[in-house]
Amino acid sequence: MIRYIAQRLVLLPFLMLLYSFVIFVIIQAPPGDFLTAYVATLSASGTSINAEMLDALRRDYGLDQPFIVQYFRWMQNLAAGNMGLSLEYRRPNADLIGEQLVLTIALALMSFVLTWAIAVPVGIYSATHQRSVVDHIFTVINYIGVAIPNFMLALVMMWIAFSYFGVSVTGLFSPDFVDAPWSFARLLDLLAHMWLPAIVLGIAGTARLTRIMRANLLDELNKPYVVTARAKGMREWRLVLRYPVRLALNPLISTIGWYLPALFSGSLIVATVMNLPNIGPLLLRALINQDMYLAGGILLIYSFLTILGTLLSDVLLALIDPRIRMET
Amino acid sequence: MADAQAVEDRIAVASNWKLVWWRFRKHHLAVFSAFILACFYLVVVCPDFFSTQNPEQTDARQAFVPLQPLHLFDENGWNPWVPAIVGKRNPVTLRMEWTPDPTKKVPVSFFAPGPVYRVFGLFPTNIHLIAAATPGQRIFLLGSDRLGRDQWSRIMHGTQTSMTVGLVAVTLSVIFGVVLGGISGYAGGTADQVIQRLIELLQSVPTIPIWLALSAALPRDWTPIQVFFAITVILSLIGWTTLGREVRGRFLALREEDFVLAARLAGCSRMRIILRHMVPTFLSHIIATSSLAIPVMIINETSLSFLGLGIRPPAISWGVLLQEAQNIQTLALAPWLLTPGIVVIVAVLAFNLVGDGLRDASDPYSH
Repeated sequence: MIRYIAQRLVLLPFLMLLYSFVIFVIIQAPPGDFLTAYVATLSASGTSINAEMLDALRRDYGLDQPFIVQYFRWMQNLAAGNMGLSLEYRRPNADLIGEQLVLTIALALMSFVLTWAIAVPVGIYSATHQRSVVDHIFTVINYIGVAIPNFMLALVMMWIAFSYFGVSVTGLFSPDFVDAPWSFARLLDLLAHMWLPAIVLGIAGTARLTRIMRANLLDELNKPYVVTARAKGMREWRLVLRYPVRLALNPLISTIGWYLPALFSGSLIVATVMNLPNIGPLLLRALINQDMYLAGGILLIYSFLTILGTLLSDVLLALIDPRIRMET
Repeated sequence: MADAQAVEDRIAVASNWKLVWWRFRKHHLAVFSAFILACFYLVVVCPDFFSTQNPEQTDARQAFVPLQPLHLFDENGWNPWVPAIVGKRNPVTLRMEWTPDPTKKVPVSFFAPGPVYRVFGLFPTNIHLIAAATPGQRIFLLGSDRLGRDQWSRIMHGTQTSMTVGLVAVTLSVIFGVVLGGISGYAGGTADQVIQRLIELLQSVPTIPIWLALSAALPRDWTPIQVFFAITVILSLIGWTTLGREVRGRFLALREEDFVLAARLAGCSRMRIILRHMVPTFLSHIIATSSLAIPVMIINETSLSFLGLGIRPPAISWGVLLQEAQNIQTLALAPWLLTPGIVVIVAVLAFNLVGDGLRDASDPYSH
């Protein structure tokens, strides 16, 4: 087991190196650079910048160097723990990303916990009460849950909250707490704001998970061992929870691998619509303004989180299913 | 008894496709959804016919006109009409406020002349499904947006773009998936190793951020058509991996089957074995999988366009239309701006139901 994890961990830096190169190619791909975009915004607002100053800026940022040189400079800085300066905000990228990253991960994890907390019990109920009215209602909700795009649900929620309750549910903090230092009260405030985006983010996953859970459990419930246990007089809810549910959960755990990473990248859209302090909207802005080192840094973080999520699920699966361990 | 025998005989000699069709027919919900999808694609073929007016026609004085629902009957029987709407400027907010005028009706007629358009870009005509009876009169079945453009007509044109993006992106994914998955599964060896690692790599990519970055890299001066094709390629670049895996798995499993061995012993060439004996056994399965992939593509396209990095105006897609609903204050004023979202949900739901039905039907021998 330890060997298996070690093998995967050794592979991780190489994977990140590969990603970093691909990411650099992508963020370099747009024609022009940050300064051309900057000049365009300046001239749109009626001011201009002279050519010498532009050249000086370009030299300062290293934008006049060939591609490979820029890439190595970036990697060199990254290796030294320096994510560079944001061209747009003129602030260190690490500072810009810092707290937002914590909130991004917190949102994904909360959404993940909510998804499981809802999907597993609902799946169990639907399977044990197959073809009941409640089961049919859940099935319909599931189909719709998969069909609604995230941002649409976020919009509808915000619209309902705004036009019927007169509150705006954007952001993750009340105005008093936005710039306050961390405290218990601030944490409570965060949790009070986070559940709605967490549900919006997790709704499609919840629907999918419920369906898998229901189908798996239905398969198990018809097996002879369940009949045997029932014939022996075991109490129904205890029987169901003890054996079939445990077996039905196995395939679910193997899907964490794609689910957790999907939450990280899915939070980008929800965060943009609901205006949450998240690295998603930051990335969007950086991409549009060609603030390439900020965009590159955030893309690297997304890749890292994705690889980590995949690794986590592989390890979990290996812990549960001995056959996978044997293969390595 | 004889009837049962006849039924069994019919099943015994039926082709694979017939069996699939018989099983699919039993899913009423899936058949109904297939009908809805057929309607959608009818709109795709000729959106102008279903529009009531030019989707680009702006009129600042007719901004945010509310819905004018279509009524088919009045007191005297069949007589299609929509309620007339009168606008009054609010003296405080200076905003136009629209109220339905109960005393007036705007008569509309079906298959009536309206603005001239070209069918398939070839034949000029001016017949529309629904049009106001008086020429030049604008009706807003689903309201109008901030520039006074007709929401209904724009949805019709958005349908064309969004449904086509889904279809083209999935077709591309199928081509990538079948070719690469096929090579991987049938050839094995180094090719298999390389393709499998590539799939693993692509599957651990954070999709939405990478899609955004790639779309942001598209040159700003590209024409809408170029952007459209670039977006579909970007979507299918990552989308093919699931299908590639599946095709490979099928090839691996089928390689050992008796009928493949029999074909080989009978002296069939390799190409013939693949195309004539192996592919038909899982073709229905591929179709089912891809029909489940289309809605995912549609949601992705809509999300990208909504964020401003997919299809860009002046091109119209569902995502572009939903961009208008981004501002909550505007939305509270004009909730009908969300109607494209309902269309998205209906389309995705229909695709999912058809896909589920096809998946169940695609394996006619399993029970």
